Amino acid sequence: MYVADSRADAESTTAGTTGTPARVSAVVAPTVFALGAVSLITDVSSEMVTAVLPLYLVTGLGLSPLGFGLLDGIYNGFSALVRLAGGHLADRGGGRHKWVAGVGYALSAACKPLLLLAHTLTPIGLILAADRTGKGLRTAPRDALISLSSTPENRGRAFGVHRAMDTAGALLGPLVAFLILRATVDGYDAVFTVSFCVAVVGVLVLVLFVPGGSGPGGKGPGESGSAGRGSGAGARERTAVESPRPTLRAAFALLARRDLRRITFCALLLGLATVSDSFVYLLLQRRLGVPDRWFALLPLGTAAAFLLLAVPLGRLADRVGRWRIFLAGHGALLTAYALLLTSWHGTTLPYAVLLLHGGFYAATDGVLMAAASDSVPEELRSSGLALVQTGQAAARFVCSLGFGAAWTLWGDRTALMASASALAVCAVFALRLRPGRSVLEPAR
Amino acid sequence: MTLRNRVLILATAIVLLAGIAVASVLHASARAGQRDQVQPGGPQVTAGRVTLTTPARMVFRNMAWGPHRDELTTVPASDPSGPRTASGLKCLRFYASSGTGVCLQAVHGTVTDTYRALILDAHLKVRARYDVPGIPSRARVSPTGHFAAWTAFVGGDSYAGTNFSTRTAIVDTRTGRLTPSLESFRILKDGHVYHAADVNFWGVTFAADDRTFYATLATKGSTYLVRGDLRAQTVTTIHPNVECPSLSPDGTRIAYKKRVKGLPKDAPWHLYVLDLRTMRETSPAEPRSVDDQAVWRDDHTIVYALPGDYGADLYAVPADGTGKPRRISTAAVSPAFVK
Repeated sequence: MYVADSRADAESTTAGTTGTPARVSAVVAPTVFALGAVSLITDVSSEMVTAVLPLYLVTGLGLSPLGFGLLDGIYNGFSALVRLAGGHLADRGGGRHKWVAGVGYALSAACKPLLLLAHTLTPIGLILAADRTGKGLRTAPRDALISLSSTPENRGRAFGVHRAMDTAGALLGPLVAFLILRATVDGYDAVFTVSFCVAVVGVLVLVLFVPGGSGPGGKGPGESGSAGRGSGAGARERTAVESPRPTLRAAFALLARRDLRRITFCALLLGLATVSDSFVYLLLQRRLGVPDRWFALLPLGTAAAFLLLAVPLGRLADRVGRWRIFLAGHGALLTAYALLLTSWHGTTLPYAVLLLHGGFYAATDGVLMAAASDSVPEELRSSGLALVQTGQAAARFVCSLGFGAAWTLWGDRTALMASASALAVCAVFALRLRPGRSVLEPAR
Repeated sequence: MTLRNRVLILATAIVLLAGIAVASVLHASARAGQRDQVQPGGPQVTAGRVTLTTPARMVFRNMAWGPHRDELTTVPASDPSGPRTASGLKCLRFYASSGTGVCLQAVHGTVTDTYRALILDAHLKVRARYDVPGIPSRARVSPTGHFAAWTAFVGGDSYAGTNFSTRTAIVDTRTGRLTPSLESFRILKDGHVYHAADVNFWGVTFAADDRTFYATLATKGSTYLVRGDLRAQTVTTIHPNVECPSLSPDGTRIAYKKRVKGLPKDAPWHLYVLDLRTMRETSPAEPRSVDDQAVWRDDHTIVYALPGDYGADLYAVPADGTGKPRRISTAAVSPAFVK
């Protein structure tokens, strides 16, 4: 059992209010599966495009893609703003989560046919930026919906199920794209068209099967009602009493809450020592001598481990405490760094690193959202989650700049050693800070 | 709305969208037949023997539609728009010198395409194969035929990822010793050893001494011409803003593409020639943006590809800034001149 504040009390209240045995509430809500399906379908669509994009630019359009990444830096800042805006908009008025998320999914879907018309770098860059704006817009409302439709005691599992479905889509997308390229001659237009059709199905599943109108107090997506009203004591009751209006100011005032402030701070701190994926793959290749032909497959290794571990680790987080699993995930990352630093070159080492890397995501990505959900009132759930996500993303961006600079100054080994030390220090600090015992301790 | 109705709406939409998806795939696969049809007015291509030692020939990738599309093809160097002889070997990028060729080709797997580099002998027999980690971009062989190099684009593995990098490999064709990435070489920049995570190399060109090479190094948004030493395993920056260098046969000049301010982001390069003795730059009379690693037909003429109706056409221009560019061959790319 895992509830905000006084647990025993909450448990009895939950059971009492809903009149259902606790084991039923442990089942993952249909809304979570619907959102998982939406993410799976959308990821098939977007990863189809991502997988063929370099090929399309180089062989389809004859463009030189180098220097294309320059836009990334600027875009990262904009993306953070979009995410906060998406979170805030979703909280305004009863049950806008679904519609803000829907606009995000629809915007990304609309970008796919536009790719058919763009033949130079600038418009392609703009379309990709719009695509990612859609992603930024939808992430926080979608995670808020997941948290609102699951009970506090099985939120970790709900996020785990969602992330596993999401990752499955990301693995399927490239496969579909290459099957189309195989069946055609220069079939990039077909890839973009199919990607669009798939994305539209995703939007439809959202519109048709994800309940909207989840107003504060939780009357919308069925299950959230029991979650919201059920845990009558402590933080939740305070929430209900204060009932903060979902203004922009209220969203930022969330940081005045000790629990959320600490979670955000810890996520930010740990994010500062989280080396970006592309550096991890580069290090894998340089330090462990992964052959060139496997290079493109390395992200698949991480994704596969993420897919397999997301649900078990989410469940484990529900049982032993989210913060513990979140920190253990960083422990896995630290171990991966350590393996990259060893001079031992075993053939299984790259697999171990990828497994740990995927495990890190499985133990941190959804789990952090589950942990943060516990300390954000329902009225501001989306804004609160957006705040935590943005803090983490910003910290990771700063880390990749810093890591690049350290690499330039000292070389890859020393840079990695520095990151590993920083991560260890941050982890120890986060362990001591232990955001809100009430939220992050297991119920028993 | 009842569940039944929602499921009905979704099912109808899926059927409709599946129809569109299947139609687009069928439309794109119908192109296969089209590409195998010879185009009226296109170059005449017949199957035949192609060698890398027959003097005064140009060997290149034929891009004209028809049964020999993408095959290595040869024409007399004196009549590059004349009838073509096709070898049957398909390559995306190609270069050859002294009877050694390098062919970068796609291998169509069941779930994904991979790429490889073939080292060819004078009769196009495969002597060695190497994995190429991404989409082939540049290929070169040293004047002696003892070394080959290639560059591939690697990237696009994150959500809507736009971070691309290049990987450049060099192989000793006599021993098979492979340097998978030039990034393992020690970099000397402005007199100091230089490390950076964002270092990229591309476009190797070899000198005749089997030791010196030139290439592009990119870091922190700038490109440099580097002189490399195969024995010491070092590269040294010698000139800024140089991409895809190509050393003249006499070893005195480098033809390259230079990023010029004020040009569109898609086509920012002009062709330049750098004299290595004086470090003076001259601009050949090509006003269009060139995105190719040029080839020297002789000590006075450079040949390069520009986008054309069937992918690319080949042009020639005097290296010293005189004259005018002339189209020498249509639907052709990756030329090598056999002396």
